[in-house]
Parts: sequence; structure tokens; C-alpha cells
Amino acid sequence: MDYGHSDRPAGATPLPTAIKILVAGGFGVGKTTMVGAVSETRPLRTEEVLTESGVGIDDLSGVEEKTTTTVAMDFGRITISDDLVLYLFGTPGQDRFWFVWDELALGAIGAVVLADTRRLADCFPSIDYFEGRGTPFVVAVNCFEGARQYRLDEVQTALNLDPGVPVLLCDARQRESSKEVLVTLMEHAMKTREARRRAADAN
Amino acid sequence: MTVQGESADHQWVDDHAGPVVRPYAMTRGRARPVTGTFDLISLVTATRADVTPEVGLGPEHLAIVGLCQRIQSVAEIAAHLDLPVGTIRVLLGDLAARNLVQVREPQTTAGLPDNSIFEAVINGLRAL
Repeated sequence: MDYGHSDRPAGATPLPTAIKILVAGGFGVGKTTMVGAVSETRPLRTEEVLTESGVGIDDLSGVEEKTTTTVAMDFGRITISDDLVLYLFGTPGQDRFWFVWDELALGAIGAVVLADTRRLADCFPSIDYFEGRGTPFVVAVNCFEGARQYRLDEVQTALNLDPGVPVLLCDARQRESSKEVLVTLMEHAMKTREARRRAADAN
Repeated sequence: MTVQGESADHQWVDDHAGPVVRPYAMTRGRARPVTGTFDLISLVTATRADVTPEVGLGPEHLAIVGLCQRIQSVAEIAAHLDLPVGTIRVLLGDLAARNLVQVREPQTTAGLPDNSIFEAVINGLRAL
């Protein structure tokens, strides 16, 4: 039997465009849960092994040791259409792995910062990071059972956020709720991009 | 329970033993790909249905070609083959140099001509 001609012609298929969104926040805040809630498959895990030669970023304070470190990232995929695929990456632990964040954030269309009102300070580093990079982000307060409910403006004030940054409540376990967070982020990212473009045109 | 006659080696080579070959042994010690940068979300597709083993290609190369019969990102290939991303990048470089895979680098936000990608994602998410 000859199946040879039923193959896809070599190199003829236009590949889809891939874009990525980051899901950041403190340890245990529900990043992988949210990735899993909206992904078409269970979250996958990929690892970067950082060796001396793999660490080529300027600011290496704290990671000068020549040891090998493994950083795990959980991620998921949403196929939007035949020519558009969205990847969601849960960022690895904060502080020690900024160089992995730099790689992840490069080209990211936006970020979700998940917050837990019982440990609000845990998301400060993520907010600082995205503010510093100019990556559009939204803050999603994951509503854990038993946690005191705060008003969104209280959270906004506590985090000292720019008034333009959307803050919303969510349940990271729920697909609909997590979808809404991503839609809010995309709308915010689109507005941010338009505003920057206008500002650039004005100059 | 130990099967009679089982070699001593086999007792160590099970899933719990972890990888038997160190990741960069598969790349013959190379930490960087011969060609390409391979972002985590660069999309890869095989250009052929399968590849016959040839000099310079190991089983992991062939596994990537098998996996990429369906379009995969670099991160997905790494996850499915349970290898570090750095290792996968080197192996992909070998395959790209032989034109065995086609790679599409991701779109950057700065390079977007208009809002159509944002709108497509929003509509796509709502339709999920």
C-alpha cells in the first residue's frame, strides 16, 4: 500500500500564529488551576535547565553559583482558529527566576496577576515586574473560600495600582470566570496598545 | 517480586529511576542550536511524514518529527518528550538545518498591524 501521496506537501502549510499570555502571582494562588480551567488539555509542564552557559542575562545577582537549576513552567493551549493559537504560561516562582520571566515575558501580549486577599503582598513582585516592563496586565482576585471579601477599589488602593489597571474577582477553578479574566485582559491590552500608538503618533 | 534471571541493570531502569541519559548527552554536549532561536511558543511542523534514521539523528530527533506531524510549540514538544527546553532547542536546530521541520516564530505585539489579533482572541475566548 502506498500512502505516500496522502501526506501533507512539504512546507506548503502556512503555520498559525502563536501568542502568549502569562499567569503570574504568588505561590499557591491558583496559577496552574486557572491555566487548566481554560486550556483545551490538562496543563503541560516544561522545564528549563539553567546551567552556567544557559544564564546569559546581565543581572545575575543571587544566581552566580555554577550549579544546575531546573525551573518548571506549567502551560496550556487554546486553539482560537486555524491560524491563531493562544498559549497560557504560569510563571515560575518569583524572585529567584527573573531571567526565566524575561524569556517568558518577551513577546507576551499581556499578563494576569492572580491575587489572594489573605496574602496580598505575594503579588507585589509580579505587579512591579509587569509595570516595569510595560506589559499590560489585569489583577484577578481569586476568591478563596473563607477569605474575607474586599471591595475591588480597596484592593486597587492596597496594591497602589494605576487607575487604568482592571481589577476583578474570579474563581480560577471555573472556566467561565477564567475566560472572563482573559477577555478583560485582552480588551485592556488592546486599549493600552491603541493609547501607546496615539502617544507615539502625537510625538 | 523479582523475576528470575532479570539482569541487575533492569532493576534500575524504570520510570522511578528518572532519566537514564543526562539531557545534554542527547545533544552531544551542545547547549545551543546550530540554527534558529526557538521561542517557547515558536510553532513547529514536520516537513515529512517520517524520517529514516541517518547519521547525526538520534531517536529523540525522530520522536520530534513524529510528534510534529501535528503542529506543536517548542514548549509542547519539550513537555511531551519530557526533556528540558534547552535540549529540545538544540535538537530542533539539527532538524531545521536539514529542512526536516518548518518553524514559525511567534508574532510580537509591536509588530501587529492592527487590532485584528486581539479581536480574534476575544471572540475566540467568548466562543469557548
